[in-house]
Amino acid sequence: MKDNAAFTSRVLPWLLLLPSFIILLVFIYYPAIQAWVLSLHRSNLFLGTRRFVGFDNFTFMFTGTLSAKYIQVVVQTFAYGALVVGLGLGISVVLATLASQDIRGARIYRLLLIWPFALSPAVAGTIFLFMFNPDIGSVNEVLDALFGIKPRWLDTPYLAFSLVVIASVWKNLGYNIVFYLAALQNVPKELNEAAAIDGAGPIQRFFRITFPMLSPMTFFLLFTNLTFAFFESFGLIDIVTKGGPVGPEPFDAAGLTTTMIYQVTLDGFGGSGNTGIAAALGNIILLFTAIITVLQFRYGGRRVQYGDN
Amino acid sequence: MTHQRRTSWILHAVLIVASLIVAFPILFALLKSTQIRSVVLSPSLIPGPAFLENVRNVFLNANLLIFMRNSFIVAIAVTVGKTLLSLMAGMALVYFRFPFKRFVFGMILLTLMIPVEVLIVPLFDVISLQPPGTWEEWWAWLQRPDRILFQPAEYGFGWANTYFAMIVPFLASATGTFLFRQHFMAIPRSLADASRIDGATPWQFLQRVLIPMSWNTIGALAVIEFVYVWNQYLWPKVIIRREELQVVQVGLNLIIGTGEGVEWGYVMAGAVLSLVPPLIVFMLLQEQFMRGFALSESK
Repeated sequence: MKDNAAFTSRVLPWLLLLPSFIILLVFIYYPAIQAWVLSLHRSNLFLGTRRFVGFDNFTFMFTGTLSAKYIQVVVQTFAYGALVVGLGLGISVVLATLASQDIRGARIYRLLLIWPFALSPAVAGTIFLFMFNPDIGSVNEVLDALFGIKPRWLDTPYLAFSLVVIASVWKNLGYNIVFYLAALQNVPKELNEAAAIDGAGPIQRFFRITFPMLSPMTFFLLFTNLTFAFFESFGLIDIVTKGGPVGPEPFDAAGLTTTMIYQVTLDGFGGSGNTGIAAALGNIILLFTAIITVLQFRYGGRRVQYGDN
Repeated sequence: MTHQRRTSWILHAVLIVASLIVAFPILFALLKSTQIRSVVLSPSLIPGPAFLENVRNVFLNANLLIFMRNSFIVAIAVTVGKTLLSLMAGMALVYFRFPFKRFVFGMILLTLMIPVEVLIVPLFDVISLQPPGTWEEWWAWLQRPDRILFQPAEYGFGWANTYFAMIVPFLASATGTFLFRQHFMAIPRSLADASRIDGATPWQFLQRVLIPMSWNTIGALAVIEFVYVWNQYLWPKVIIRREELQVVQVGLNLIIGTGEGVEWGYVMAGAVLSLVPPLIVFMLLQEQFMRGFALSESK
């Protein structure tokens, strides 16, 4: 391993690493082991005991009486994730590219586009909940006055799902644009100028030069946005729809906006005491996350990690 | 020329519309937070006179002040702790040679794959179960690795409903360690050699050379960590069940409450106020953030 090892000490490096090590061991590695242990047990809510059941929890989820529910939850988590990532990154890369052109006021536009960088899922959810409240929300007041309609945003299945997707995409715009703008600073101007002299139009230049040059950043954002869709979106969903409403057939086995992490908290903390199932589902998410991380490291190259955990 | 002018006009139009869309829901919340109760529920976007009254009400009667204080305590503790711990780990990984270094780094990096959210069920046990009552019990437990590894946790820290539960598990950071390591490796080796030849101890080297050269990385990390912790929702919601210890993200939902008669003017004031601290941190450290990032990007 390449290093700049200038100092020699047997003890000091371990002392410097010790605090991080203890924290990771106790609060990440030990719970990760416990997640597997719990997923192999079934708890008895009345006796407060846990019984070893092998892989029953896993087989129950995908072949048991409630398999339709768990399969639906997995499918809609990926559908939601794909929409949030696709729409979010598409819009952000275009806006960031436009805002980094040499035009008057570009600095102001950049600032106006990135200032909601720190917006939280819960606050985004709270504002959308109020705006789109079917009875008292301003959106429906306006729609009622203009067209005489009052869509039931929060309890019509596909409307609620779309609303959650739109709120999530909007919430991530500032974040994505910040990172695209930072990456755009490193795209050499000469490349674009040379292409322009050779007669390439702006759209051609975007697809042939800018977008490929940004691909490491796109990979990084793909990862952070998927992490958002898998985990952090919980706050937004919890506030706007609470995982509901139940969809039309064949999506009637669970709330249409129930993602995997939402189902984990329902099973683990919803009073049913299904900690075994919750832990098993958590492990399945962990597997997906691991696959995505490996892909991001392999194809994203050795880039800086800016998401956090 | 006219062609170019037209494109630039379209460009401006698109950017103005985009800026408006990005800002609209927040501006909406801001405007609603200024209106009196009877206007809040109308679609009117005219600023009203009730901003201070809404703020006072949400601060004092709806406990926002307490939620914000809790968020501050947790976010600052985690940000400072994380930065410090990852600075130390990064320094160990770059400036010292020791056995199993690659393995140690791998173990730290591997945790990037394991977001805390996915561990909430087991972490809840580890945090909320009571610790062993006596040293004898402790000792007996430690002597049985099979019980520790293969059975559901029997003991924990007894930290449910404390700040510790929201701070301590988040103090280590794979991201931070990785960032500092990358940054330190880009600092010319001769600097460290020179310091050592001058007789500087590692501590003096850290203080006089490393930290002054790392402000961009520290700034970038601080922004990310502060925003991440400030915006956390799921873990505090699960582990904190006492309202006076709750953080602002979950607190907002408590203000909405359940049932009829939500004071939306208060809620919008709370939503806007809760955005202010991370926004200030971001604006203050924006330069470092972009620079710390651009630098590590170009490596």
